[in-house]
Amino acid sequence: MTETISTFFIHLLLLFGLSPLLAGVIARTKALVAGRQGPPVTQLYRDIWKLFRKEMVISETTTWVFRAGPLVGFAVPILAALLVPFGAMHAPLSFTGDAILFVYLLALARFFTILAALDTGSSFEGMGAAREATFSALAEPAIFVAFIVLAHTSGSLTLSSMLRPGPGGELFHGPSSMSLLLVSFSLFIILLAENCRIPFDDPNTHLELTMIHEVMVLDHSGPDLGLILYGAALKLLLSSALVLNLVLPSSGNDLVDTLVFIAGLLLLAVCIGLVESAMARLRLIRIPQLLVGTTMLSFFALLLIVR
Amino acid sequence: MNALPFLRNGELINLAEIPSLPYRDFGDHLARLLSAGGRLAACFVDSPPDAGNVLPVYAVIAEDAENRLGVLRAFISRAQESLTPRIPQLHLFEREMAEQFGVVFRGHPWFKPVRFHAPWPGETDAWGRNPLDHPQVGAMHYFRMEGDDVHEVGVGPVHAGIIEPGHFRFQCHGETVLHLEISLGYQHRGIERLVAGGPWPRTPYQIETAAGDSTIGHMTAYSMVLEALAGADVPENALMLRAMALELERLANHVGDLGALAGDIGFLPTAAYCGRLRGDFLNMTALVCGSRFGRGLVRPGGVRFDCNAVRAEKLRQALTAAADHTRGALDLFFETPSVLGRLEGVGMVCREDAAALGLTGVAGKACGIDCDTRRHHGTGVFTDETIAAVTETTGDVFARAKVRRREIEQSIGLLHRFLNFRMRGPLNVPIGPSAPDSMAVALVEGWRGPIVHIAVTGGDGRFRRYKIVDPSFLNWSSLALALRNEQISDFPLCNKSFNLSYCGFDL
Repeated sequence: MTETISTFFIHLLLLFGLSPLLAGVIARTKALVAGRQGPPVTQLYRDIWKLFRKEMVISETTTWVFRAGPLVGFAVPILAALLVPFGAMHAPLSFTGDAILFVYLLALARFFTILAALDTGSSFEGMGAAREATFSALAEPAIFVAFIVLAHTSGSLTLSSMLRPGPGGELFHGPSSMSLLLVSFSLFIILLAENCRIPFDDPNTHLELTMIHEVMVLDHSGPDLGLILYGAALKLLLSSALVLNLVLPSSGNDLVDTLVFIAGLLLLAVCIGLVESAMARLRLIRIPQLLVGTTMLSFFALLLIVR
Repeated sequence: MNALPFLRNGELINLAEIPSLPYRDFGDHLARLLSAGGRLAACFVDSPPDAGNVLPVYAVIAEDAENRLGVLRAFISRAQESLTPRIPQLHLFEREMAEQFGVVFRGHPWFKPVRFHAPWPGETDAWGRNPLDHPQVGAMHYFRMEGDDVHEVGVGPVHAGIIEPGHFRFQCHGETVLHLEISLGYQHRGIERLVAGGPWPRTPYQIETAAGDSTIGHMTAYSMVLEALAGADVPENALMLRAMALELERLANHVGDLGALAGDIGFLPTAAYCGRLRGDFLNMTALVCGSRFGRGLVRPGGVRFDCNAVRAEKLRQALTAAADHTRGALDLFFETPSVLGRLEGVGMVCREDAAALGLTGVAGKACGIDCDTRRHHGTGVFTDETIAAVTETTGDVFARAKVRRREIEQSIGLLHRFLNFRMRGPLNVPIGPSAPDSMAVALVEGWRGPIVHIAVTGGDGRFRRYKIVDPSFLNWSSLALALRNEQISDFPLCNKSFNLSYCGFDL
């Protein structure tokens, strides 16, 4: 019992404490590559703290749906994170079929973000909502096929066993290492897509006509915007944990495992920063091709293990 | 047909030498000159005090191949058959004349205000609005489409970025833009009217801010007009320094534009480096005159600052360093596949449209139109300088980016040559009184394209009419064309690839 409570506690502590740092590390990496100094890595903590102390401006044409968007967007990653192991640390909650719950929890958050965007009646937000709905419909098969591969490898429908089929490090040795490599790669691309990073979306742009996710939250302000930023940070950590699970080894020592996980997160953030620095955004009409390609990648992984 | 009078860039012509034609013949001559390879540099109404209901219209046609400018004059009434259906280059000029002088052009396919100001004092309103009211900017009927899945998106006049105000209205089918209508005029300051009656002591400052990023270009054109009217012989020092400042202005803006293009597609290294390098080039102008935008450097009669051997050496070092960094940042930009994937085939304007609309500058060169004032109508230092043509053929965002990159190389080369010049003798000469009843025309190749300044003097030698045509004036139409059947998400990229001036259009 005590162990369960401490697992919960450490899980949530890592989730809440570390997630804004990842965005800071990405921003810093990009700045350094571009020859700038960049904002401090703690900038997102400060932004969120600042926004939580601000007033909100809410359009008179909106309804409760508009307020529900940020709340659901914040609550869902927390719930979903409880299903995901952080490296060698077990997930606090797990049951058969939680992988499906995981995918649809994220879909629920997206659904509410889209509704909140449509609720404003703005033409920009409508466009963003349409784009988000289109692209997420294409990202969902990609993540499902990846999960099928993992379920087949581990013989389980529980995220804890799917993502940690053995003691860790299966990616580098073992019979299914090739297909796991493909899956972690497609999970990394899904991470970029789900978290609106380049080449899918540009989180730094001010050009409303080119945005996907950012344009849907243009009308939110104050604490609601703070929740959205925090929720996005949580989701980034969550997606990173998915990728890292397949890669990180396990030592048997809890403290070492935690430190390895944190180091893995920061390294992944640097990788995201490097990807964002090295390439331009895709044209919007090319995004479906990349998402379908990612799905195909997972399909090849499946072929490799069922042959 | 009478022999048309011609003049060269930076010369004046006596108004009496310009034959007056009926508007129909005026149109015939104009159509003939344009089809023979001419470009309409300007078309405007002059308002002599005794005009009454018959207004003189002037058209200045730039004949690049012959290195000369043709002038036509017609007298028109307040209700006139439009020539736009025959001569598309006139479309904005006719709308402008209508807005300023209340001339109704019958049969104009797109007869709307341009800048949304009240008609000039004593004139009637072409659209029957009360001339005493100030019209609301943007108050007009927009082109509108109906149908399933067709929706309208309005952007601006307040934008998310730090840019000038302008309204863009898209008719979209899903993500595809079927039509874009651009409505400007938010920055109309009435510069042409403020200058009329002058030159006043405040005029140079107003001209310098006609389009603030082309300070040197506009000020050089204004100075050339006054020098032509006064018959002043400008010292070589001044001509050289003007040419240097013009190329520095081109470098700063082209480098900044390519950086902004990189920023729009989320390609950070080039965006960050070019943003800084733009500052380096601006600082070189500041090294000469103390102002990063070259304010106060050029004045009629010459220049106000010296570029001695010490400064020239400093400039040379700064230029060499900045040029190296620029090349590095641009090589990376043009060699990254994901960047090329964003630029190629986006925002195309075909050569036929470009020629029909009279596109100039970067927009025109990208479509294969060889028009460079330094090359064809060179004055001052550029009289003897051989400027290679910089043209591309595809007319897309990539072509416009490439024109900028090649012009950057060209300007660096020119500047290195200019810096070998040793300044000796005076920097300026006093400007005498202007010739009466004359017209002086000056073309300067600003970084966006040819900047046209025309002055018509009255019997007292003062400006009766002062006409400014910024290259943005005609080129804005090409943005609307470039967006046809394009993705709406590519609009910011297309817009940035033209990077036209709002205040240069609004004046």
